Amino acid sequence: MKTLTKMTVAALLWAGAADAETVNGLRTVDEFGAIADDTERSVALFKEMFVVIESPRCLNCHPVGDVPAQGDDMHPHQPPVVRGDGGMGAPGMRCSTCHGAENVAFTTGQGSIPGHNPWNLAPIEMGWIGKSAAEICEQLKDPERNGNRTLADLHEHNAHDGLVGWGWEPGEGRTPAPGTQEVFGELTQAWIDTGAACPTM
Amino acid sequence: MTTFTVNGEERTVDVPGDTPLLWVLRDELKLTGTKFGCGVAQCGACTVMLDGTTRRSCVTPVSTLEGADIRTIEGLDTPEAQAVQAAWTAIDVPQCGWCQSGQVVSAAALLYEIPNPTDEDIDRAMAGNICRCASYVRIRQAIKDAAKTLEG
Repeated sequence: MKTLTKMTVAALLWAGAADAETVNGLRTVDEFGAIADDTERSVALFKEMFVVIESPRCLNCHPVGDVPAQGDDMHPHQPPVVRGDGGMGAPGMRCSTCHGAENVAFTTGQGSIPGHNPWNLAPIEMGWIGKSAAEICEQLKDPERNGNRTLADLHEHNAHDGLVGWGWEPGEGRTPAPGTQEVFGELTQAWIDTGAACPTM
Repeated sequence: MTTFTVNGEERTVDVPGDTPLLWVLRDELKLTGTKFGCGVAQCGACTVMLDGTTRRSCVTPVSTLEGADIRTIEGLDTPEAQAVQAAWTAIDVPQCGWCQSGQVVSAAALLYEIPNPTDEDIDRAMAGNICRCASYVRIRQAIKDAAKTLEG
């Protein structure tokens, strides 16, 4: 019994140490300080950013086609909606037909319908679903595929945009994106400061 | 207390802020033309017009509606809505009828924006309005008939 107790305490201490290196499953910038080479550190930082980017909370509304995905399993959106002008849906069936300015808990049972103002798809040139970290990294730096954003604009988007931030407050029934928007913003800034290097695969 | 306009008439309700608009319409204002279908914005039966666009009233908290302009099936008297309802009855679109108020609201909303919709336009606009009697072919035909009527 005593041995079991010691093992439990040890396990808890180990878990505590592991938690200290991450915030909600996302490593902080400090964790990459030991990588001496700037480019290697930059690539490692992007790979950590990708932990957020590949979350269903981000990917679902960055489809490469005209139909968004939905849920933690990223199934096609139901009802079967389409992108429409400005990523806002079709005439008669806009995103705002169902999605309001905030998450709304269902009155009739568990779960919620997500919401934010605005609520829309990322433009098709910013489609991510099915792409690798290397492909998305290059895409993020390409003004023709990132909304003509500078790297500073990209940091602002990742660190402060409200719809990006929704990913960490997605409402009941959806797993939040890893980490926090603050850590995601810090990772983005550190990636930029180290040359915004991309993985090769 | 929340004050908004329903079918042109100012209404004030005193209900908890998270009460869905659908509950307010049916239980407080006795406007029972708008139907409860699923409660999770998946069927379209509860569709109303909110500030000029379609809105599922079952997921719309009353707290978000201060000053809003709401039109329900009872007050939808635009030429488009009248043409849609005439076409609906002309070819017997309603079967059980439960989904029809939501269908009519969505169909009229489509015609406000696209006076001569294609099959694809109709399918996209009506994709969120489910009909358990599967009268989808008639729904599409009736919308086209309504569009022709409006052409004069």
